[in-house]
Amino acid sequence: MSRFVLAWVCFFRILFGKKLPTEAARFLPEGEPPKQLPEKVIEKPVEKPQPPKVSVAQHHKEGALALLALLQREGRFIDFVRDPGMLDASTTDADIGAAVRAVHRGCLKVIEQYLSLEPVMPQDEEAKVSVPKGFDPSEIRLIGEAKGEAPFKGTLRHKGWRVVEAKLPTLAEGVDRMVIAPAEVELSA
Amino acid sequence: MTRILGIDLGTTNSAIATSTESEAAHAVQVTQVTGPGEIAERPTLPSFLLLPSEHEVPPAHLQLPWSGPLRYAVGTFARERGAELPHRLVSSAKSWLCNPSIDRTAQVLPFRGAQRELEKEMEGGERVSPVNASARYLAHLRAAWDDANPDEPADEQDVLVTVPASFDPVARELTVVAAREAGFDKVTLLEEPQAAFYAYLAAKGDAWRKELAPGDVVLVCDVGGGTTDFSLIEVANAEGNLALERIAVGDHILLGGDNMDLALAAIAGKQITDAGKTLDAMQQRALIHQCRRAKEQLLGDKPPKSVAISILGRGSKLVGGAIKTELTREQATSFILDGFFPVVDANATPQKRRAAGLREMGLPYAHDPAITRHLAEFLGRFGRMPTHVLFNGGVMKAAQLQARIVELLRAWAGRDVGVLAGADLDLAVALGAAHYGQVRSGKGVRIRGGTARAYYIGIESSMPAIPGFAPPVKALCVAPQGLEEGSTVELPDDELGLVVGELSNFRFFAAATRKDDPAGALIDADTQGLVELDPVEKLVEADGQRTAGDLVPVKLEAHVTEVGTLELWCVARDGNGRWKLEYSVRERE
Repeated sequence: MSRFVLAWVCFFRILFGKKLPTEAARFLPEGEPPKQLPEKVIEKPVEKPQPPKVSVAQHHKEGALALLALLQREGRFIDFVRDPGMLDASTTDADIGAAVRAVHRGCLKVIEQYLSLEPVMPQDEEAKVSVPKGFDPSEIRLIGEAKGEAPFKGTLRHKGWRVVEAKLPTLAEGVDRMVIAPAEVELSA
Repeated sequence: MTRILGIDLGTTNSAIATSTESEAAHAVQVTQVTGPGEIAERPTLPSFLLLPSEHEVPPAHLQLPWSGPLRYAVGTFARERGAELPHRLVSSAKSWLCNPSIDRTAQVLPFRGAQRELEKEMEGGERVSPVNASARYLAHLRAAWDDANPDEPADEQDVLVTVPASFDPVARELTVVAAREAGFDKVTLLEEPQAAFYAYLAAKGDAWRKELAPGDVVLVCDVGGGTTDFSLIEVANAEGNLALERIAVGDHILLGGDNMDLALAAIAGKQITDAGKTLDAMQQRALIHQCRRAKEQLLGDKPPKSVAISILGRGSKLVGGAIKTELTREQATSFILDGFFPVVDANATPQKRRAAGLREMGLPYAHDPAITRHLAEFLGRFGRMPTHVLFNGGVMKAAQLQARIVELLRAWAGRDVGVLAGADLDLAVALGAAHYGQVRSGKGVRIRGGTARAYYIGIESSMPAIPGFAPPVKALCVAPQGLEEGSTVELPDDELGLVVGELSNFRFFAAATRKDDPAGALIDADTQGLVELDPVEKLVEADGQRTAGDLVPVKLEAHVTEVGTLELWCVARDGNGRWKLEYSVRERE
């Protein structure tokens, strides 16, 4: 598995509360090999048989679908983005506003329930900031030409978001996640 | 080392907290089904049980980490999906547990009303008793705990289950039965208002001794989702130390925050229908949710002028389909604050509507929605005005409701009444129960109280029968008020007998305001303040020593168990046998 694929797999496994693949062990800090792993796995990661790719992809897909199902159930997210009324020029802002209020409330509830978020940079947007030496380019995206060595001076355009904790629901087996929202039939009396 | 588990078995929400000798009480999140095939933790377990058919909810959607596919669900998903399947949803099981108009061990839930009862056979579907439903909630809490703490199984810990202070001996007994059904062989009961007070003590540490002084009386005002419960706790001086005693307990009032949300939803719903729109069952449910939030905002600290309510259309098309209305600050003030918490005199009493001749069986909801009138009557009955108030229950989060009660207490008492800041209003009872476990092992101060009421059994006087008149009934005090756990009283001298081979049945009464009746006191059964409970009974079988029809002279013994239940025993005067009187839970006229 390439490092890129492994990183993605790890990301989603952590996000959905599953164990990391054994290959991830080689990226653990030195001196603290996890006790449950046999030594040889750490020494010879290449010889470890690769887990079938399809199950990895499946897992990541199921989690994403479950999150969409949650946003749809609580906040009607799919209904909203797929609503042809949003593209219809005759729809009034008041009608959109009324729908958005309810969609926002539901989606916010999901986000607050399962994720805790914080800005990557605490400063106000549009403030003058300094990007320190040794910064992580995946945390801070530089726009324009970086001249010379850090620290770099600039203006904070977007403070970024970082998930501090993700406690997404555990998913039971045997449930078709492709159905994001079931059809609803109200029975006649 | 044994852990302490405090369980708040609530009418609409249950919670669990834990502590050890060295670890302060803290709440434990409850793993539960939160959506179809979704399992997550929540701070509380909604006390709802859904019993769907396979067409309604596939069992795979209800499985838990410790189970296979299930045919039932408790908690968040049960409540949410149950709104669409009301005929499969059990709610307020705890209120049914103390409702004498039904047999609480019979499978009558989900309750379908008298008419639907006839169609029971046709409708099918699983039904449970109020005891079974309570047991399912407890069993879920136990399983969730065991799954997360396999080394400390819940049934091996010191388990406390809270009950309303107003629960009668039968409801307490049934709570213990439910706990046993859930696999908790040994539990101890604790009154909820006391638990809330323990949570205050735990939160304050030693600082409470500066806040309260001998002579102070604390009102615990607990307004939950479905019930309202009052207790008075007095601070006394015991050899230089502060001692606490629970001196009064109110009636069981079926009135709470859910009634307020429904009242606001009715107002908003009328505005919507007046505008020519209609709501279906799910939209109605969404409306109640939004009204609850509107209530908290409009009666909060800094209320907005109005709160917008918008309910989305049911189809996949959202834009243009939303139904809009708003609730104003004035509406919240006049319908909730003045409707449920009106300004009344200290001598106000709740209005009692006479029960209609043909009342459908159901929960005995309070007739008067004014919580302040129930409060005035409670305080008037015991003749004590509090110096402090401790709020509990989710409803009391609204700052203006707290302020109204404090304002009235001050007016009634003619002096200042302080507010004790307690723990989290939703979790205080579970936290307090976990703290009480520490207190029982000698760490911290214990609230004394014993039984909240005095108990009596009915004895028919031996007057000759007069046609048309029932023989007058006397009430014999068998257990005086304030009997502590683990203590026993014997009745001095009486002439009671059990007939062998026949069901002996005694009427059973309680009084909350007769502190001075000793065991053996004989009063008229129609004395004011005496409330009739379910009867107690015992069948003494004929055996080698006794033949059917014999009269066995017995004396009575009352015993308050360590668990917190009341037992009445008949002891044969000849020393050959003793029998426990059983509470009759059959339905009563």
